Amino acid sequence: MIDLAVFAVAALVCLTGALGVILARNPVHSALMLVMTLFGIAVLFVQQEAHFLAAVQVIVYAGAIVVLFLFVIMLLGVDSHKSLSLGSLRSQVIAATVFGVGSLALLGTLIVAVDQPVTGESPGGPLVAGTPDITSLARSLFSDYVYAFELTSVLLVIAVIGAVVLARRSAWEELPAAEPDPSDSTGEES
Amino acid sequence: MDVTTGWYLVLGALLFIIGGVGLLIRRNPLVMLMCVELMLNGVNLTFVAFSRRLGDIAGQTVVFFVLVVAAAEVVVGLGLIVSIMRRRPDVTADDLNLLKG
Repeated sequence: MIDLAVFAVAALVCLTGALGVILARNPVHSALMLVMTLFGIAVLFVQQEAHFLAAVQVIVYAGAIVVLFLFVIMLLGVDSHKSLSLGSLRSQVIAATVFGVGSLALLGTLIVAVDQPVTGESPGGPLVAGTPDITSLARSLFSDYVYAFELTSVLLVIAVIGAVVLARRSAWEELPAAEPDPSDSTGEES
Repeated sequence: MDVTTGWYLVLGALLFIIGGVGLLIRRNPLVMLMCVELMLNGVNLTFVAFSRRLGDIAGQTVVFFVLVVAAAEVVVGLGLIVSIMRRRPDVTADDLNLLKG
């Protein structure tokens, strides 16, 4: 019963936040609504005994990524850009309607046709009895997925270098007296 | 009434759909990036739900990698947006056709 209540509240928070992201006129409101969705998802992670991922979700997503978004919005200036509050084109509305209605119809069909996963047995207990999820996650990360892990570190280095190069070139062309560029801290954040 | 895996899958799919609709309907590049984050989170929820249902930690490991790739994507995407918007302040996603031949 408590499971159902937690799920209902968290799902409501997630969906409200998600709708807020795409409907809010002001990008700052979109970013704040995104935080709401991310917290709801963190709650659902806890409910599914993925405690480490819930913590990482809050720290990385809500703590770093959304702050980056807000940082860039403020850096560009919320009020000084017409494009930030522009409406949508007619073709965009048509494409979005087709995609949304089609996907919802597909989802509804799946729920009706394949009822076993929806109404089927409730999930089992913890993944490995007596082992915290962070232990088994670390074991899997550093044994089965160690090459993927190393490749991820290469990806992060590439992203940092890319952010620095992007920021450096624009500072170089437009501002000869190179002030420290905010996008540099963007790179280190990850 | 129990909360089964299917409920999480439906919620993840709904988040993915909302993110996709937002990606199509908005013209502000920043909000479009946020919609991509929404879609990624819907997929993450699905991975964790299946990880629990099947008793396999690999699902959570994949979510971990998705988090890292999302962070890298946001860093590069926001760097691009900042450097473009500095040069042409009123740019929308439609105007970014500089690479068109």
